[in-house]
Amino acid sequence: MQKIGVFVCWCGSNIAATVDVETVSDALAREPGVVFSTNYQYMCSQAGQDMIQEKIRELGLTGVVICSCSPRMHEATFRRACEKAGLNPYLVEIANIREQCSWIHKDKAVGTEKAIILGRAAIAKVQLNAPLTAGESPVTKRALVIGGGIAGIQTALDIAEAGFPVDIVEKKPTIGGKMTQIDKTFPTLDCAACILTPKMVDAAQNEKINIISYAQVEEVAGFVGNFSVKIRKRARFVDETKCTGCGLCTEKCPQKNVPNEFNQGLDNRRAIYIPFAQAVPKVATIDPNYCTMLKTGKCGVCSKVCTAGAIDYRQQDEIIQQEYGAIVAATGFEPISMEKFDEFAYSQSPDVVTSLEFERLMNAAGPTGGTLLRPSDGKHPHTLVFVQCVGSRCDGGEKGKPYCSKICCMYTAKHAMLTREKYPDTEVYVFYIDVRTPGKNFDEFYRRAVEEYGVHYVKGMVGKVAPENGKLKVQASDLLGGRQLHIDADMVVLAAAIEPDRSARPLATMLTASMDTNDFFTEAHPKLRPVESPTAGVFLSGACQGPKDIPETVAQAGAAAAKVIGLLSRDHLTCNPCVAESNELMCNGCSACEKVCPYGAITYIDKEFRGPNRTTLVRRVAQVNPAVCQGCGACTVACPSGAMDLKGFSNAQIMAEVDAICK
Amino acid sequence: MQERVKAKAIELLESGCRVLGWKAGEFFYDVTPAVFTSREEIERDFVFNPFCGANQSKYLIAESRRGGRVAAFLKPCDTYSFQQLQKEHRILRENVYAVGVQCPGMCDMDALRAAGLRGVTGAEDRGEKLLVHTLRGDREVDRSLALSERCRVCKSKKLLDCDEMIGQQGEELVSTRFTEVERLEAMTPEERFAFWRGELSRCIRCNACRNVCPACSCEKCVFDNPASGAENKAPASSFEENLFHIIRAFHVAGRCTDCGECSRVCPQHIPLHLLNRKFIKDINQLYGPYQAGADLETRPPLVDFQQDDPEPSIVGERGTNP
Repeated sequence: MQKIGVFVCWCGSNIAATVDVETVSDALAREPGVVFSTNYQYMCSQAGQDMIQEKIRELGLTGVVICSCSPRMHEATFRRACEKAGLNPYLVEIANIREQCSWIHKDKAVGTEKAIILGRAAIAKVQLNAPLTAGESPVTKRALVIGGGIAGIQTALDIAEAGFPVDIVEKKPTIGGKMTQIDKTFPTLDCAACILTPKMVDAAQNEKINIISYAQVEEVAGFVGNFSVKIRKRARFVDETKCTGCGLCTEKCPQKNVPNEFNQGLDNRRAIYIPFAQAVPKVATIDPNYCTMLKTGKCGVCSKVCTAGAIDYRQQDEIIQQEYGAIVAATGFEPISMEKFDEFAYSQSPDVVTSLEFERLMNAAGPTGGTLLRPSDGKHPHTLVFVQCVGSRCDGGEKGKPYCSKICCMYTAKHAMLTREKYPDTEVYVFYIDVRTPGKNFDEFYRRAVEEYGVHYVKGMVGKVAPENGKLKVQASDLLGGRQLHIDADMVVLAAAIEPDRSARPLATMLTASMDTNDFFTEAHPKLRPVESPTAGVFLSGACQGPKDIPETVAQAGAAAAKVIGLLSRDHLTCNPCVAESNELMCNGCSACEKVCPYGAITYIDKEFRGPNRTTLVRRVAQVNPAVCQGCGACTVACPSGAMDLKGFSNAQIMAEVDAICK
Repeated sequence: MQERVKAKAIELLESGCRVLGWKAGEFFYDVTPAVFTSREEIERDFVFNPFCGANQSKYLIAESRRGGRVAAFLKPCDTYSFQQLQKEHRILRENVYAVGVQCPGMCDMDALRAAGLRGVTGAEDRGEKLLVHTLRGDREVDRSLALSERCRVCKSKKLLDCDEMIGQQGEELVSTRFTEVERLEAMTPEERFAFWRGELSRCIRCNACRNVCPACSCEKCVFDNPASGAENKAPASSFEENLFHIIRAFHVAGRCTDCGECSRVCPQHIPLHLLNRKFIKDINQLYGPYQAGADLETRPPLVDFQQDDPEPSIVGERGTNP
């Protein structure tokens, strides 16, 4: 006979305000098998847990139902508490009457009725719960960081510092990411290269860090502590071990008209190239889309001039298979395309640039050697208009993004300030919706731009930019002045919204990590677990989780590293005992479960069964490896004969819940 | 044809195989699958005529495990089920000698009745024609008039995975088999619901559709398993009765080769194959053309995942017709 205890939590007023907890505990007391039912202000508190434990001991409870918040919040807490009182932790069921009930209902009568139904379902399920025992799995003490920008580099350095080996996979020929393209950094205006390139070198020289550049993750299998990852290292047609980075090939290559992505296409590079002088690894890469030798078989200049003999036109992609205990996503961001914003004439005039292009025009290593010149005629601009929120905070999100890109206010203030400082003869206008500068020394920085450098900040948006006689006619509204402005500008700089890198979405699918509607990775808890993905063993670093500036990115990168170190320093992880199990008597051996299993946990054996009249029959049946199974349940729904079941979430338990709800 | 098949059956029997073929049933048109183990039986009972519609492949699940070799005569559509069952590891291929028999389409009594023939007592194969014996004398009709629905919209004359063939290898055909499904899709949800309630209301739960279906071959059927909670034959309501067919259609989705046996054996003439065809049509639309049993290697779309798979939304949304 079942002896079930029901404990209804008020969660202060979180539940009690919209659910009549007294009525709920009274109603559930009348359910079959329930011997005790009560309610309490904070069930998760020490006093609440003590009460549960006392009742388990006193009444010899065989099952516990807690009506409280989401199991994601406190299931582990309550399971531990019950285990201490001698009850198997898997005989505890949570009815979520907060997130799925009190928080979403306004009417107390409705909320109460639903809470009773949810409680009844949990009671029906716990009747069928079986005690389960968790096993252990080992941890591979190696981390993978996907993305070699400042986020990935910082995470890798911190993990390596703790003594664990770590691989960085970077899809570009060099690590460094977006920060390498930035000129100065707010709010201190130190040069980005001066603070980033030493870190790149540190990463390259660290014995624990292995940089796999020009490579992408292709396949991820396994689970926390035991990931198995396939990495495709693309052929760069240059032997990395031989290339000295002398750069002679990049000067002699006859193919000169390749848009240089490092300078945002503002100038050209050769078909064989080193992205920039401080690249890590500093080796050349042949661009197969432009190399004449690779396309037609006729040229070979780079091979002739290379004294190290590093050029290898027949190089193939290399597949690297490696095991990891933890994976960090640090895939970063991209500015959005400006093609939907033709009112700013981006496609019509080369003098309309994005902020990242403007960074290159201001940078000493950029196409103009650091002198601000108009791309159209190479002349010095006198009037500059900066437009903020281009594609950020867009209603409906059809044209742009619904969110604030967060970094634009600060870098625009930086651009305006630097322009005025270098060229006091310029007039600089900044059009904004709001200026958002929270952050240490950020608002002071913005005020300096306005007060000391005389940048004209105008609240209002630019309606139209029209190129006319070498000028850009800017039509804008000044909301505070209540008037229309017409400015003849020499250059217009668009603060383009940022979005997650395009590689993030397929990566999230491979990692089974969740994403929000904007393709930013979702964190396990927005406040309490901000650097962990809901998928165990997957961590988040930098702008792939949301728009971030450099200080924030570095802070989050360190936090992600701390979480990885915490995981890798353990020798064993407790397995989830809620794994799949095959009923051999019902199994047809059809392989449907094996095909859908993402973890490779299912194998088949030929097994002898006793038939009628002393006969035996050999049948192929499925077997689950409980150490590998993660309990996702894919096999249980794929199984056509209902032979596959998930412990703790059996088909019978789920049907019992449904029946209880429909009663 | 009958003589060639029969001669081959005797030859294979004498080479040491049991032979899976057809024998006459109670009436001339209900030809029944049978296993032959002696020459006398074959000479006396073996038939191969225009009414040999039964799909032989399901019997090979048990026959291929019985020890020794079994020879089977498979029509093109049977070979699709044959391959599908191999894909599901149900048939031990090495114990089967498969003889593909090319098929001009099989006839059924419903078609003869629809063609206006009454008092039919027998029929003889005359190639393009069918000689029908009736109480009022013989009549010759075009075979195409006597074909069953599934054969009129035949999807393929290709014989797959055979050890030898009788007749010519055929090709996949352009079939109009989804026309009827399209007609149902064009209905409003209410009309469609009424249509299916009407059709399924005739079900007597004889389980013939399940028993004949090659995809419905679980070791232990949920409807027979007391532990499943769904084994009761007596339904609580007529709607619950109808759900049996919906559950079965989901069960065979992605594995049904559209052999049409379910509708052939239904004593109540319920067009059960339309449920399966709707699934096949949807799978083709959502995941690209897929024919269950057409090969041994590809992953069936419903147990496969591609990153660019569509994620069809709630039923209601799609129920509003494409």
